Amino acid sequence: MMIVAEGLTRSFGDTRAVRGVDFEVPEATVLGLLGPNGSGKTTIVRMLTTALPPDSGTARVGGHDVVTEAGAVRPMIGLAGQYAAVDENLTGRENLEMVARLYHLPRVEARLRAAELLDRFDLADEAADRPVKTYSGGMRRRLDVAASLTSDPRVLFLDEPTTGLDPRSRQTLWDVIEELVAAGTTVLLTTQYLEEADHLADNIVVLDHGRVVAAGTPAELKRRVGSSVLVLILTSEAMVPSAVAIVEESCGCRAEVSGTEISVPVSGGPAMITRTLRGLEDAGVGLADIAVHEPTLDDVFLSLTTEDGFDGSGSSAPDTGGNGR
Amino acid sequence: MTESTIGSRTAPRTESGETPEAGSRLAWLVSDTLVMARRSMLHYVRVPTVLFFALVQPIIFLLLFRYVFGNAIGAGIGVDYADYIVPGIILQTALFAATNTAVGLAADMGTGVIDRFRTLPMSRSALLTGRTLADLSRNVVVILLMIVVGYLIGFDFQNGPWAAIGAVLLALLFGWSFSWVGAAIGLSIRNSEAAQSANMLWMFPLMFTSSLFVPTRTLPSWLRAVADVNPITFGVDAVRALSLGGANTAGKVTGALIWCLVLVVVFIPLSVHLYRRPE
Repeated sequence: MMIVAEGLTRSFGDTRAVRGVDFEVPEATVLGLLGPNGSGKTTIVRMLTTALPPDSGTARVGGHDVVTEAGAVRPMIGLAGQYAAVDENLTGRENLEMVARLYHLPRVEARLRAAELLDRFDLADEAADRPVKTYSGGMRRRLDVAASLTSDPRVLFLDEPTTGLDPRSRQTLWDVIEELVAAGTTVLLTTQYLEEADHLADNIVVLDHGRVVAAGTPAELKRRVGSSVLVLILTSEAMVPSAVAIVEESCGCRAEVSGTEISVPVSGGPAMITRTLRGLEDAGVGLADIAVHEPTLDDVFLSLTTEDGFDGSGSSAPDTGGNGR
Repeated sequence: MTESTIGSRTAPRTESGETPEAGSRLAWLVSDTLVMARRSMLHYVRVPTVLFFALVQPIIFLLLFRYVFGNAIGAGIGVDYADYIVPGIILQTALFAATNTAVGLAADMGTGVIDRFRTLPMSRSALLTGRTLADLSRNVVVILLMIVVGYLIGFDFQNGPWAAIGAVLLALLFGWSFSWVGAAIGLSIRNSEAAQSANMLWMFPLMFTSSLFVPTRTLPSWLRAVADVNPITFGVDAVRALSLGGANTAGKVTGALIWCLVLVVVFIPLSVHLYRRPE
């Protein structure tokens, strides 16, 4: 296990941001921490990256305790935050060289590493030597992620890395993350985008108000919400009553009807679908379209997290404020 | 983001579990301090207005005191007021660096870049030592300029070149020691505007109740009692003695050095503590 969190707890004044969180991340996998604003995601990342000591509980990264062995944890981790943690007054190149030097790379190597990362993240043109305050949001984010890869970390923490990025930049960043994981990097990713967690994460931990409300693979979580749904669209409304009878008989449950559309839960796997379609064909029911809808992580998210978390009104927990103040 | 060699481990990966020996820890402190000092100095270059006003402000002070108050105050002192005020202004400009330290650190604490520094395997104190080193470098520039302007308005080092160098070094040390006061303030307040105001709160009363602009013997006796223990009085008297000569130079320098030591012993650990305190 590259990351092990046991009973992590942290409060800020009266706000209990994280209340006893446990999870494990195997090497070379991606864990998605999913949760609404204020659910404690950023606070967990700050504790795991040695920036913030937990009130209680322990965490080990790469086998080292993040509090008592922080000096051993830091050389092997990289962090990119939701607020790009780069120096506005320095150029992109100066930022990367500074971080490389602070990882104690020799000067020449630091320069080469910075140039390599600028090149890789499409910042090598004139942007490299412009102060970061002239960068667009997407460029800052790319620079921030580049900085987090300076030391070629074994464990990478990405705190909402794609928040505010356009779809193309998001896809490029996803590609980078997949490449890193394929090469053996362990990634902990926080996100509010279910699509992102579904796409990247091997395992997902759903947080709400500082607690783990669900954990598992994306497929497992989706299964928890319910089965797939078979949707049939008929060619004519006249056939609906007889079609509903056939469908309900083959699944042994009630179907939902809306116009020419019939939806029914898939119980019993593909056999049920085959049975239903054969029945419809035998009865001469014309089908305009057939679809099987898998539940999405959005369904998981909405069913597991409390609604007030979305606007933050019910939980003024610190990860809404960027860096927890 | 086109090539696919990111995960190829081209850079040497620091071995896990590595804990630095005492020797390399000191080497890291030095190298990290220089990296962080360079960062702060780049800020001076990128936001040149800060340095510009840092240079212009003491020149205005110098000209105001020399020509507006000089004749009125100077009459009772017994030395030429230009000779009296220039060492004072040199020390004053050195003290202004404390404001830069406070504002710079407060600004840093308000941004995400601090979380990156906290998670890097760098020396914990390097942000602070680097910042105060950059502000010390700023002082070298500003003090040399003050000396040039001082000479233009009639100031003269009268105690030989070595004592003159000693005066500059002492002013630098004094400014650096007070930078740590600024550091503690910036790290406590964590908001750059508020940190600037908070710094002025102690700095101006302390400056005006010292021998910076007038001899303490001209003050009412209760205020004189305050002025005579004021660290700035010790600093100014020592810089002035080194610049102009006079009785008990060694004693005055010793007094100033003791104050520097006190400030450093109190405010370096305090600042480091405030920086490490996470929230």
